[in-house]
Parts: sequence; C-alpha cells; structure tokens
Amino acid sequence: MMRMKKRKRRKRLKNPFQLEMWREAPGAPCGVAMGRSCLCTGGTATETCRLAAMTTLMLIGLAGYLSGYDGTFLFQKPGDKYEHHSYMGMRGFCAFLGSWLVPFAYLTVLDLSKSLSAALLTAALLTFDTGCLTLSQYILLDPILMFFIMAAMLSMVKYNSCANRPFSAPWWFWLSLTGVSLAGALGVKFVGLFIILQVGLNTIADLWYLFGDLSLSLVTVGKHLTARVLCLIVLPLALYTATFAVHFMVLSKSGPGDGFFSSAFQARLSGNNLHNASIPEHLAYGSVITVKNLRMAIGYLHSHRHLYPEGIGARQQQVTTYLHKDYNNLWIIKKHNTNSDPLDPSFPVEFVRHGDIIRLEHKETSRNLHSHYHEAPLTRKHYQVTGYGINGTGDSNDFWRIEVVNRKFGNRIKVLRSRIRLIHLVTGCVLGSSGKVLPKWGWEQLEVTCTPYLKETLNSIWNVEDHINPKLPNISLNVLQPSFPEILLESHMVMIRGNSGLKPKDNEFTSKPWHWPINYQGLRFSGINDTDFRVYLLGNPVVWWLNLLSIALYLLSGSIIAIAIQRGAQLPAEVAGLSQVLLRGGGQVLLGWTLHYFPFFLMGRVLYFHHYFPAMLFSSMLTGILWDTLLRLCAWGLASWPLARGIHVVGILSLLLGTAYSFYLFHPLAYGMVGPLAQDPQSPMAGLRWLDSWDF
Amino acid sequence: MWGFLKRPIVVTADINLSLVALTGMGLLSRLWRLTYPRAVVFDEVYYGQYISFYMKRIFFLDDSGPPFGHMVLALGGYLGGFDGHFLWNRIGAEYSSNVPVWSLRLLPALAGALSVPMAYQIVLELHFSHCAAMGAALLMLIENALITQSRLMLLESVLIFFNLLAVLSYLKFFNCQKHSPFSLSWWFWLTLTGVACSCAVGIKYMGMFTYVLMLAVAAVHAWHLIGDQTLSNVGADVQCCMRQACVGQMGMSQGVCVFCHLLARAVALLVIPVVLYLLFFYVHLILLFRSGPHDQIMSSAFQASLEGGLARITQGQPLEVAFGSQVTLRNVFGKPVPCWLHSHQDTYPMIYENGRGSSHQQQVTCYPFKDVNNWWIVKDPGRHQLVVSSPPRPVRHGDMVQLVHGMTTRSLNTHDVAAPLSPHSQEVSCYIDYNISMPAQNLWRLEIVNRGSDADVWKTILSEVRFVHVNTSAVLKLSGAHLPDWGYRQLEIVGEKLSRGYHESMVWNVEEHRYGASQEQRERERELHSPAQVDVSRNLSFMARFLELQWRMLALRSDDSEHKYSSSPLEWVTLDTNIAYWLHPRTSAQIHLLGNIVIWISGSLALAIYALLSSWYLLRRRRNIHDLPQDAWPRWVLAGALCAGGWAVNYLPFFLMEKTLFLYHYLPALTFQILLLPVVLQHISDHLCRSQLQRSVFSALVVAWYSSACHVSHTLRPLTYGDKSLSPHELKALRWKDSWDILIRKH
Repeated sequence: MMRMKKRKRRKRLKNPFQLEMWREAPGAPCGVAMGRSCLCTGGTATETCRLAAMTTLMLIGLAGYLSGYDGTFLFQKPGDKYEHHSYMGMRGFCAFLGSWLVPFAYLTVLDLSKSLSAALLTAALLTFDTGCLTLSQYILLDPILMFFIMAAMLSMVKYNSCANRPFSAPWWFWLSLTGVSLAGALGVKFVGLFIILQVGLNTIADLWYLFGDLSLSLVTVGKHLTARVLCLIVLPLALYTATFAVHFMVLSKSGPGDGFFSSAFQARLSGNNLHNASIPEHLAYGSVITVKNLRMAIGYLHSHRHLYPEGIGARQQQVTTYLHKDYNNLWIIKKHNTNSDPLDPSFPVEFVRHGDIIRLEHKETSRNLHSHYHEAPLTRKHYQVTGYGINGTGDSNDFWRIEVVNRKFGNRIKVLRSRIRLIHLVTGCVLGSSGKVLPKWGWEQLEVTCTPYLKETLNSIWNVEDHINPKLPNISLNVLQPSFPEILLESHMVMIRGNSGLKPKDNEFTSKPWHWPINYQGLRFSGINDTDFRVYLLGNPVVWWLNLLSIALYLLSGSIIAIAIQRGAQLPAEVAGLSQVLLRGGGQVLLGWTLHYFPFFLMGRVLYFHHYFPAMLFSSMLTGILWDTLLRLCAWGLASWPLARGIHVVGILSLLLGTAYSFYLFHPLAYGMVGPLAQDPQSPMAGLRWLDSWDF
Repeated sequence: MWGFLKRPIVVTADINLSLVALTGMGLLSRLWRLTYPRAVVFDEVYYGQYISFYMKRIFFLDDSGPPFGHMVLALGGYLGGFDGHFLWNRIGAEYSSNVPVWSLRLLPALAGALSVPMAYQIVLELHFSHCAAMGAALLMLIENALITQSRLMLLESVLIFFNLLAVLSYLKFFNCQKHSPFSLSWWFWLTLTGVACSCAVGIKYMGMFTYVLMLAVAAVHAWHLIGDQTLSNVGADVQCCMRQACVGQMGMSQGVCVFCHLLARAVALLVIPVVLYLLFFYVHLILLFRSGPHDQIMSSAFQASLEGGLARITQGQPLEVAFGSQVTLRNVFGKPVPCWLHSHQDTYPMIYENGRGSSHQQQVTCYPFKDVNNWWIVKDPGRHQLVVSSPPRPVRHGDMVQLVHGMTTRSLNTHDVAAPLSPHSQEVSCYIDYNISMPAQNLWRLEIVNRGSDADVWKTILSEVRFVHVNTSAVLKLSGAHLPDWGYRQLEIVGEKLSRGYHESMVWNVEEHRYGASQEQRERERELHSPAQVDVSRNLSFMARFLELQWRMLALRSDDSEHKYSSSPLEWVTLDTNIAYWLHPRTSAQIHLLGNIVIWISGSLALAIYALLSSWYLLRRRRNIHDLPQDAWPRWVLAGALCAGGWAVNYLPFFLMEKTLFLYHYLPALTFQILLLPVVLQHISDHLCRSQLQRSVFSALVVAWYSSACHVSHTLRPLTYGDKSLSPHELKALRWKDSWDILIRKH
C-alpha cells in the first residue's frame, strides 16, 4: 500500500521537466540542443540523454518536489518568465551545492599543504570568481558536477592522509565517501570520468607503494586491494546502477524518442504500442510490418519519396533506417511471384516460412525493396539498396530470401522474437545498416546497404516489430521483458551515440579549448540588448590570469626543484618540506587540472566555455599552494626574521585583497546588469571590457 | 714519420658476411622485376600527380603529409629524367614510354631493402644474440606486405626506413655513451637520430609517433644522467667541455658536465629536426614557383607570390584602395569553396519555399568563379562620383564606405529581414527602392583586422577587412550554405548580427583592384571588362608562406568518403582485410597488399607474451624477487620500450583518428612487432627453458615456425609480385579468410 502511494506521488513529477538553459543568440546551436537533449523530459524514459543526467534529475527533482514545483512549466526558451512556477527550490538547491565548493577546496588545500594561508587563498579565489558564482546560481548540471568532483577530491586527499592508520574508521569513511562521490560525479555527466581516472591513478600508485613495502605481508596487501575494489569500484557501480534502476522505475511512460530503443526496451514502457501488446504471432503474407535492426540505436527500415542524388549509385528511391516511428517505416510482405492482394478474404492465410523468397513493398510509395551491383553511398564495399518499381511491380532484383538465424523457432517466423536475415537473391548479399549517417540529401538518416560479406553481425539482423494483419488473431506478448543489465547497456549505447552526434558547423564561431584558460570569451546567460537584464558567464579575469601565470610558474619552479633533488642536492629541512608540498600536493592538483582540461582537445563535438570550470577549480587550488609555498621559500631565503614574516603576510594579503577588489569590479556580470553595453562610457561596466572578445 | 717504411701498411676490414648477405637478399627481393607491372598501381596514381607537379615546378597542396616524402619520390623522377608529362588519372593505366618507372620506384625499393639489414643491426645493438638479429632480419625479408609496399612508388617503406634508422642510430649513440661520450661517433649517431626523426616526420605526419617515442626514451635516459653524481654540475667549466666536444677526445667521461650532455641532446633532438623540417618546406617552395590547380585554396597574397595565375592579373595593381576604386572581394575563410562577393540582376524570391518572405531586392551571393559581376566600387558616402579623384584619397581603418555593384550600380545593403537560409542572420541585398518605406541602409564601416595601427590604409591583397553595418552593426559574412536553384546554387551571404568573436568567414580581402576612371556607366562597364595595369610587386617572406602553407595543410579536411578498401584499426592486428592494388587487364595476375599471416599473428602473440612477462617480472621485483640476471633486465626493458613502445605509438593513435584508414597505415607498427618477435623468442629460450633439452625442443619449434612463415610467404608470392596468373581455383584456395577480397574473374 505504501509503495503504491509513493509511486503515485512520483508520477506528479513526470511532466516535461527540463532544466534552465540559455542560448547566446537566437538559434545559436548551443542552447537549445543543450537543454533539450541533456535534460530528460521526465516521465518519458526514452530521452536521448547525452549526459547521464540521472542523479541530477532526481536530486533536482526532489528539490523541486519539496518546494512544490508542479512540473508544468515547459523550459523551452531562455528568458521565458517563470511566472507563477516555483523555481526557487531548484535554484536554491543548485546554489547550495555550488557554495560547498569553497569549503571543499579550502579543506583539500589545507590537507595537501598544511598551510592555512594557502587554503585561505584558494578559498578566496573561488569565492571571488564570478564564473563559479554565475554557474552556481542557476538550474544547471555544472554546480552539481563540480560538487561531486570536489567531494571526491577532498575525500581522496583525506583518506591519503589516513594512510598511516589503515582500516581505521576514518579511513573507511573517507574511502567509501570517495566511492560515493565518484558515483555522483559520473551520474551527472560523463565528464565525471576524469575524476574517476584521477582517483584511479592515485589508487594504483598507492597500491604499488604498498606492494613494494616488504614489511607488509601479501595478505595485508590483498586486504588493501579488496577494500579499494569494494569502495571504489563496487560501491560506485552499485550506486550508479541503482540510480538508473530508480530512473527506469520512475520514468515508465512512453515518449517521443522510443524509436531509439530496441523492441524489447519499448515493451516495458507504458503507453508504447508494444506495452502489453497483442499482435499476431506469426508472420503471414500480406501483413503490414515494421522491420527493426537488432543493433542498438539503428532504427527501422525506412524509405521515402526522395531519390538518391545524381552520382550516387542508381537514381532510385532512397532506403534508410530511421530512429523515429513513422508511417514510412511500414512495409508489406508479399510473395515474390504474385502481385495479388493477399488480404483478399477469399484466400486462406499463408504464413511466411524460413527460407521463403519474398518481396517487401513499401506501403506509402508502393516500391519494392531492391538491390543491385552499385556501390552503396558511404560504404563503398557494399551494394546500394533502393526502392524500385511502380505499384509493386519491379524486377528480379526485388527478391529476398528470408532466413531465421539459428532456426530455433521452427518453420514459421515469429514477430518480435525471430532474428531474421534478408538475403538478396541475385547478388547473394545481406541486407544491413552500416550505422553511418547519410549527408543532407538523405535527411541525416542512417545508410542501408547490402553487404556481400556474409559475416554475422548485428547490423544485418533484423526483427519484425509491428505486425498488422486483420486476418490473424492477436495474442498477448509478455515474453519481452528485458533484464536490467540489458536496459542499462542499451540506454548507455543510445546516449553515447547521441553525444558523438553533436558536431560543430564549419562557418560558425565555436569555443575552442585554448580559449578557456585565458578567459577569451564568456557565455551570455540571458539578455542581449542594453535594456535587458543581462547575466554573462565570465571568469573573474584577475583570478583566471593569476591561475594561468601560476601554472607556468609551477612548471618552472617544480622542475627546478625536481632537478635539484635528482642531482642529489642537500636541501635544508624547511626547504625540503616545502618542496615536498610543492611536488606532491601541487602535483596531485596539477594532474587534476590536466585530466579535466586536455581531453577536450581530442573531442570532436561542440564545446562550451563552461566545460572548463572543473579544471578551473583545480587550477585555483594549484595557485593557492604555489603562491603560499613560493612566498614561504622567499621568506626563508631572506634571513632577517621580521622582514621575512612580513613578506609572506603581505604577499598573501595583497593577493586576497586584489581578488576581492576585482570581484567588486566584476560582480555585475554574475548578479546581473542593466543599462548600456560596456563600450558605452555610461555603462556600469565601462572600462572593464579588457578584451575585445568579451561581449557584455 | 717514416713509420710506414718500417712497418707494412695493413688494412684490416671486418666484413660481416651475414649482413652483406641480408642486404643482398633484401635488394633481390625488392628490386626483382621492379618495372613490372608497367602500369599505375593503386596509390601511385595519387603520388604520381605530385611527382609530375615537381617536374613541372607547379605549386600544389597536399594535406597527406609534409613535402619531404613527395620530394624523395620526385628525386627518383629527376634522376630518371622524367618530364612530368603523364596523366595520372586511373589505376591500371599503362605508363607511357617517357615515364622512367624503374628509377621512380627505385628509392622506395632501396629503402625497403635496407630495412632488412637495419633490423639485424637494431636487434644486435639491443644486445641480443646474432641469431635473434638474423631472425628479425629474415622475418623482415619475407614479410609480403612490406615487399609489396616497397616495390611501388609509395612512401611507407621510406617512412619505415627512417623510423628504423632513428631507432638504430639512437641505440648506437646510447651504446657510445657508456664508453666514449663526445667522441666523433657519439656526435655522428646523435645527430643522425635527429636527422632521421625529422626525415620521418617530413615524409608523413605519422613519423611524429616515432619521434615522440625517441624523445621520451632520450628524456628518460637524460633524467638518469642528471641523477648520475659522478658527472660534474652545471658549475663546471663549460668552455672546457665545449673544447672537448670540438676536439672529440675519447674517454673523457669524467669531468664533463651534465649541462653539456643535456645541451647536446637538446640541439640534436629538438633544434636540428625543426630546422630540417623548415628546410624541407624551403626547398619545396623554392622548387615550386609556378601557379597551379591548388592556388585557389591559398590566400590572395600567397597566390600573388607564385609565377603566373593571380600574379599575372594583380601584377600591375595599385596598392592602396581609394574612394572610387574598383575591387573584387574574396572571402578569407573560403569554405566550402573559395569565392568572391557577387551580385546579379536577379532578386530574392518574394516568398521562400518555407513560407517566409524576403525583401525581394537584388541577390548578393558568393561566387566561386571569376566573373565581371564580382566587381564592386568603393564609394565615399558623402560624394556622388564613382571615380578616383586625383590625388587618390585612400580608405583607412574605421572609414565609412558604400559598396556599389559595378554592373548594376546598386549598393550593398542589409536590413532587418531574415536571410534566406540562415534565418537568425540578416539578409544582404543590393538595394532596390520599391518605395515601401524600407529605406536604404547601405553604410558600412571598414575594419582592417590585421592593421598595424588604427590609421592603416586599406591595401590590396594584404589587408584583411571586415565590413560592419553602421545601422545594425551586423557583419558581412559567408554563411557556407548553398542557395537553392533561384540563387543558382551560389553561396549565401548574410549579415551576422551577433558577431561572437573573430571568425575568418567574416573577413574579406581585395584581390583584383584598379582605380576607376570612367564617369559613365557604359564606359565603366567596358572598363570592368578590361584587365588592370600599373605596377607594384610584392613578395611574401618565407616564414609567412611556410606558416600559411602549413596551416592550410593541417586545416584542409578532405571529405572522408569511404574507400572501398578502407579498414578499421581493429582489423589490422589479425589481418582481416587486404587491399587489391592492381589487376592485370587481361589475365588474373594481381597485386595485393596482403601480409604474411603467420608473422602477423605471431607478432601479436609475442607482444602479448611480452606484456604478460613484463608485468609478472615487475610485480616480483617490487617484492624484491629478481628473476632475471642483473644485465638481462635493463636489456629486456629497453627492447620493450623501443619495440613494444614503437608498436604502441604507431598503432594506438589510429583509434582516435577520424580519417579514412587503410591497412598500410599499420606497416610501421608491424615492423616494430617484427623486431620484438625474436627478442621474445630469445628471452624464452634463455630464461624460461630450464634444461638443455627444452632449449633444443624450443629451437626446433622456432625453426618449424619459421619455415611455415616461409611457406606462407612463398604461397602468397603471386599476389605480392603479381607476376603469375593464377586460375580461379587457385585464387579461391588463397582466400584463407572470408574478409579477404581476392579478385576472381568471371568468364
């Protein structure tokens, strides 16, 4: 009884439920694509999430639920007024998580450097950064992602410092907390993978060190290994899959993206035509069917009234695969040699059998599925597949032999369950989809080919999904419930495919990774004209350029110290301690920055400025550690005591005050500004447009 | 002094007969019937056209790699006296008599042949036995894919040659390091490493992988050197060691400073390669001074530096654009095709297909061909004249201008109407006054992007400018979309309202330019049709040309339409694919790029064994259990770092690449695998076989395995050399894998 109630409540959240988004210019590709696909239209399980937004969705959903959001607002365009919708709960939740970044960074640096001033400096940099502030104020995924990344980093550092008391309560606590945060980070966005990589590297180094410690028995090392496997692999995976399990449970309704998923997946979505479906069991001549490829995220065999363009094979009707449900996915299965209407009630029902020669007629255009010795448009090794003939009359190239893979189910062909292959009679090739996206002329649907290589891959195996035949009795199909791991795998495949599909256009200005650390250009959150209320996502330039300088300085000083140590220089105790902080602590943070920044150079998809923010957190921590250590080294170098202390204090203080003052200058970017644009001397931001590329 | 009278002069020469024999066999296998087939085979059709360009000294641009590789091939043509007259258009086309096939194919074949003794040397330098070294060389000798690839005008064998040379010379240098640093041979091998690396990079960008590997290995060794306390510090007398370096004294390892060691390595491995790389381009640009078919991709300034082509047109142009100048404006970005700002009589359709309306004014497009309609006149908004006053008043940065279309005298205009294909930008038109309260908005502010100061004058060809609309601050931009039939498939021009940063598609430069002199429209039209006169000549510096060329090469993205024989990296390891290179026009004699499957499979196995053994040893060493003797371990590690590492760097990056890949991309990785194979075999025999009996059995197995490799090589020989026509039945028997595409004629 309780359970029922709970589910009912949850369903109130199912309404279209997207997060806030923005776009820089009307129609700029960023905002809309971003918002629409990253955020699951709640209630419909078949979103094409390119981000694993599950955890987020639930967290924000929870917050929204608690604060009484009724889920009816559509979130379609930035700048839309929220009117009576209560969004403060959700925004507050994001801001709450975002504000945790500062204490997390403070504690991490404190632990790494054992220096209060370094920790304070880091905390100040993050507090006074307008970018972090802006990003945390709105309903976005980034504050949540950064929260989990920093939480993972902090607990990793903490458990490293517990290393001398293994298997104690705090050790277990921090270790498992690392695992939990990792699950959270991965659950928000795939960018969470980078922090997992960092924790993984740290753990491997740790284990390697323990393994080399001959005072520990192999059993003890084994225990260490098991503890880490449990806390850092098993626990996060369990949590991650659990969030997905809840996600699938909550979102059990059919939605617009159903076609992306396999027939089996769809059968568990209420509202989908395959849910509790009852359709004729065996395939018969004259049935109207849809044919779906077995490989994930390929779609239905499809044709439409467009020809292949000139120069690409024969100029006949295109045959593609299409991921959405559509009338053009319908085909009629016919005998190869007669054109009589099999649905004529005077004929008896004749079932299609394994090995039969058939013809597939496209229902809307009455053309036959056809193949011939022409190169396929993209996969040149394969043959082209076209729609041919008029009103179902074609030639012998329209004949296909239908085969059931494994022939487990006897002679007749079962709808949904039989895995079938279609073999072209004349050329002997197999109908398949290459999974490649056709250019514009093919409406960016996927290519269908006939492969002369009879390799058995999922690309060339199909199943019949819809089956309409009035002459046959319908039976209920409840056999199709897929197991949870299958659902999990399939939804990830679909997400990854969706993610890699976002390619930038040639003639558009796009944000490049090298723009980010130099704060080259921000992102408009809302408002364009001088009368609008404008929020502009831009890092505090003082903080960011200081960070940039610090990285260079770190590389320089770090390599000097490393070479000195390698040369066997005898360092005084204090310098040795400081250089350990610089190399160990700083190194760890630098690794974090590297891992969160450089992979973006390899990504072909569209990138945005806000992708840099996780890396920026690490870079700020590095700045804190570096300046503190350098100032201390400086103070040590100058022998006279009072002056030396002064240098350190004055240095840290001036950095703190400098960032605070720059925040005072730039705070309108985050808290919003009205009035003329910055090039106008009347503007509140006049004189602050230090780079031409900033457009506020 | 007169010693030679007292003692006889003796010349002792150590001749390693096995090395000589290997070289001989290598030459035989690669050079045998080199001119057969006397037809264009596979990618010869691609490289051949560049050889012809070199022979005719015509400029070209090829994004497949730096010019050194092409130059090596062209050298063959030069030595053979090739005049470049051959139409490289079809695989299988018969060579005409003026094509010196033998000398064209000679250099790759020599490189391939010399790889065989080099493999021997490398394994020897790794301190493995003579037997293992022979094994490596013999495997290289009978590898069918390597033979096929070396016998044709292709670059892989040359690349492999330089890769191996880099490894070999580094090893020689490293072995010198122990007993005689800063000796003559030390310097020689160190320099040769750098030279070989840069040659490898110069042939294909793939050479970068080996270069990075060598740098990494050298860095690790240098790091050890820094830790070597016996060497003096930086503080030691630098001049002293410089002198030692110059004199090349032997055995001066003590007292030489670390700094000198590091400096020598930095010069040889970083500076020399960069300088050489620039040199390749320098020679390339010196050789190719005539304009050719690839000019269009380059900027106007670059084109003007070539002989003929644009230079002929622009030679006499005035430099400074003045009010009244007649100009053609080329888009700097030039994608999808290079084009010029254009307009013509036709107007935008009143209603588009999707129901949106237009201003119905005259179309403005970007047109990829030279045309009289590409001419625009720069007009001063304050005056009516369309001629250049005397003295000419030059246009400067920030000036307000109107652009008047030469043939129709309508002026360039943009307004708050959605552009035909990019509805978020403004439509750009030539203004027609329909009297419907839509006033002309034809004022543009000129911004010179690459200005030195704010008072810069707009210069022909050199200046890159943006046109910012005065009323709406929209920027004139090439959107990259093709207009439908009503716009004659020309490219769409829009006014980008929210210009987000600098993008080349908004930047234009003047290409053709002259001072307009005619008052009357009729006269002006005649003037537009006639070419310009006056003389100013300009030349770009080498660095500017190099940077532009390099940038274009890297930015040029060939449309990755899939090739019939392209394959994915996963298929390479197990040789699941092949490439049909050539088929005899009548018989079924054919050449395939098809590897020796025994070698491929056992190479991959050896790699797996190496990885397993290494991790096992590493774990055991960590627990202080040393399985290998003191000297065997570093040997094993170095061999692995170079051979397994060489395989990894030459193979794994392909998984990240999005371009079309072919089986031959795997060949460099394969050679490193072949080097690893005997290393692993010897290791097993030395350290894992416990008794003499086991050792003998193992050797017998190795011999049996090698003979099977020989047998496979011999069986596939007809497909490697293409000299024998096989019956369909025999061909079918050779199709050992379903995925191999062996051509069988149907009669």
